[in-house]
Amino acid sequence: MTASHRTYDQSHSGGSRMLVAMVGVGIICALLIALTYEGTLPRVTRLKAEALDRAIFKVLPGTNKSVPFAYVIDQGFVRRGGEETVGPTVYAGYDQKGNITGVAIQGSGQGYADVISILYGYNVQHQTVIGTHVLESKETPGLGDKIEKDQRFLSNFESLDARLNDEGTALLNMIIPVKFGNKENAWEVEGITGATISSRAIGNILGTSMTEWAPRIQEYKEDFYKDRSIEQ
Amino acid sequence: MREGGDRSARTGLLKMNFEGQTTDEFIKGLWRDNPVFVQVLGMCPVLAVSNTAWNALAMGLATAFVLLMSNILVSSLRNFIPRQVRIASYILIIATFVTITDYAIQAISVELHKSLGAFISLIVVNCLILSRAEAFASKNGIGRSIMDALGMGVGFTFALLCLGAVREIFGNGSIFGWSMFPDQFQEWIVMILPAGGFFTLALWLLIFNIIKERKAS
Repeated sequence: MTASHRTYDQSHSGGSRMLVAMVGVGIICALLIALTYEGTLPRVTRLKAEALDRAIFKVLPGTNKSVPFAYVIDQGFVRRGGEETVGPTVYAGYDQKGNITGVAIQGSGQGYADVISILYGYNVQHQTVIGTHVLESKETPGLGDKIEKDQRFLSNFESLDARLNDEGTALLNMIIPVKFGNKENAWEVEGITGATISSRAIGNILGTSMTEWAPRIQEYKEDFYKDRSIEQ
Repeated sequence: MREGGDRSARTGLLKMNFEGQTTDEFIKGLWRDNPVFVQVLGMCPVLAVSNTAWNALAMGLATAFVLLMSNILVSSLRNFIPRQVRIASYILIIATFVTITDYAIQAISVELHKSLGAFISLIVVNCLILSRAEAFASKNGIGRSIMDALGMGVGFTFALLCLGAVREIFGNGSIFGWSMFPDQFQEWIVMILPAGGFFTLALWLLIFNIIKERKAS
């Protein structure tokens, strides 16, 4: 065997060893991830569903049961069955007597660190926002996460004005964020000092989402009462 | 008979030596070679996540878990992985355990995952884990690697808690969410901001070095 042959063979076997090692480590890692994912998926799905249920009960005080409804253009709200998705979903809440307590709606928008996803309650009769809950947020702990904990900020959503205009096509007064201490009207969301961008984001999310959903819900609000079986 | 006695004495000595070494591997991470206060490693999560005591504790434990598991796997595969691809392999192993930790935290509590979500992925770039894989686990057996990871993990968690506690007390007026001062207390917002992380770290390094110097003299 010549020197050049030896060098080729050595580098070839070294290359094969590297390849085998990388593929081997990759397979072990892929197996570990797949096993953990499969193992945790049922519990994660269940916990997420429970968390959503808890959030619905939190943003719609007095709720005893929630029912998902999908919105279909020109048809209104259709009660969702199973896992199929026919359109964007909202959750109607009912008390023990079967009376509607409100509708829980998901909204999202850009925060300081990443997209903030929230669930908020809408009182159909009084046309007000009656509660918010942050579903997903990567805001700075200790600062941005005050949007979930600051009681003064959360009091904005005890009865936030979201009335429609006479035509029922848009909000009478757009929900807007204002600086801390500057709130004068029932449709303004007073921000938090030290979490300005995050609190403004919540105000903007509500403004945008209500502009889209309030006219739809008011137009088809009878859909939430149609099926009396859901009130049992 | 004499030969048998010598052998058992030698085995006993070796055993004592091994136990002494493994104990030392554990203790060094707690104090003498503390990853934060002495080696000044993993500063990104130390400064970013130590703004509350809960975040610091959870991040410390998550990092310790990844460190332990990656040390075990790197040590087990140390004779199988060629030198040229060792760093790529270690990063793959570390990223795997970070992903597993992410799933595990989600399965434990959605709320906990929500509060830590932004920081879990930061563990991948924690140079403490890569440095222990490269400097220790790739050259030592599984037993010693486990003790090394446990010592470094506990030391890292302890250091994060030291920072997190001070920052939360002054920045939020609470510890582990429990209010410590009357309502009139004015929070030092700067302590929660990144600048507060640097101030607190400098303070702890100062205290740590004073203690070390006094011990040495």
